[in-house]
Amino acid sequence: MIEKIEPFPKSEAELRTAFWGQLGMFPEGDKIKTCLQCGTCSGTCPVSYAMDITPRQVVALFRAGRIEDILHSRTIWICASCYSCTVRCPVGIRVTDTLYALKRIAMSRKIYPAQFHVQTMSKAFIGNIYRYGRNYELGLVIRFFLKSDIVKLFTMAGFGMAMMRRGRLAILPSKIRRVKEVRAIIQRASQLGEN
Amino acid sequence: MSDYAYYPGCSLETAASPYDKSVREVFKALGINLHEIEDWNCCGATMYMSVNNTVAYSISARNLAIAQKMGMDVCAPCSSCFTILQKTNRYIDWDPKEREKINQALAAANLVYDKPVAVRHPLDILVNEIGLDTIKAKVANSLAGLKVAPYYGCQIVRPYGYFDDVDDPVTMDKLLQALGAEVIPYPGKVRCCGGMLMTTEENIALKLNLGLLQAAVDNGAEIIATACPLCQMNLEAYQSKINQAFGKNFNMPIVYFTHLVGVALGITPSKMGLDKLLVSPDKLLARAKEVRV
Repeated sequence: MIEKIEPFPKSEAELRTAFWGQLGMFPEGDKIKTCLQCGTCSGTCPVSYAMDITPRQVVALFRAGRIEDILHSRTIWICASCYSCTVRCPVGIRVTDTLYALKRIAMSRKIYPAQFHVQTMSKAFIGNIYRYGRNYELGLVIRFFLKSDIVKLFTMAGFGMAMMRRGRLAILPSKIRRVKEVRAIIQRASQLGEN
Repeated sequence: MSDYAYYPGCSLETAASPYDKSVREVFKALGINLHEIEDWNCCGATMYMSVNNTVAYSISARNLAIAQKMGMDVCAPCSSCFTILQKTNRYIDWDPKEREKINQALAAANLVYDKPVAVRHPLDILVNEIGLDTIKAKVANSLAGLKVAPYYGCQIVRPYGYFDDVDDPVTMDKLLQALGAEVIPYPGKVRCCGGMLMTTEENIALKLNLGLLQAAVDNGAEIIATACPLCQMNLEAYQSKINQAFGKNFNMPIVYFTHLVGVALGITPSKMGLDKLLVSPDKLLARAKEVRV
């Protein structure tokens, strides 16, 4: 007799619904169903050696009903968006976009790996866009290292000065004139929500 | 087409200002007019994509909507901006629902994006619009004998292979050869430099850049030509750190490909910010002046 299959726990079920929603937001998002587990993505990834779970294992864990484990891994935040996996996947899975989808789920639910700060960078970056309409490198780097590694902030001072002397690091942010437009767009788009 | 809506992007205002200057100078010398998109905003880069899809595409689309009003194709030199703007076009074309939402968001700023503008990279424009023959005819200083590693990086070739092959692009190779340079076989040409990882996870990025520099040296390169602000920054500004960490002795100038075009066309190096680099290419490029064509 076939054993009764337990449904996913509530938290996993909710994450799966959200993930399928995110997969619907880019072309061929549902191709994840056709993953062969061949490992080409992990093999071609220049940073998979530094990941705690490889891109192939991300798909395997999703199939095994363990999205929360994926969100707790460093993997999705270590991806540098080089798209090597995306162009090499033999069945056409858009792996990079799939990892973006997972990042968005992690962000909206605040599920992050322990002792890890890469997601802090994304938050600081979008804060700059809201404030100035453009990125503000010095502010971004200071904000990031204040949260992650204050000591390193001081060791970078010499490098910062060298760039400043060459006019390649601005002390003040460059603010666009109609930053109100950008803010209005962000607010309206946030209200509209994702699909 | 000789007029483009120019989207410099945030990096080209600061760390990559030499890229900005060289693109403007080279295009001017070739009779192409760049009209800066008025009051452009950040494209959102890879960062906004990690937070909210609809917001990411909406703010990126603000720039495209302004370009639509200008009635010109967009020229975007930064790899990341280039890919984000391309993706914005492709995804709103693919999903009518998303296009509707983005336009609702844009309406909050009295903008509309309903007649998509093409997004082009300067490398593509130089080679496929202006053409190698035209450029060749304008070479004043040959780069003969200069051994260059052509470094494309990731986002001007992937994920779409916009104007060249995703694994073995040759557009920059052909351009540099037309200037007289010797393009070395470079296995790192589309390998990742780590991008923002240099700030967030430095050890990973240092290793990637070590590989890129070593491959260039091993294949006889004297200089690396890049097309991306992050690639240039990581390879150049962190070179001394790489030397320290791995016991190396690299002293490799990292220029933008447009610098080499400009030098060959006879544009004064300081006008292109070549004097603002950390590893000076002066000695190498001085040779170009000796080889008059």
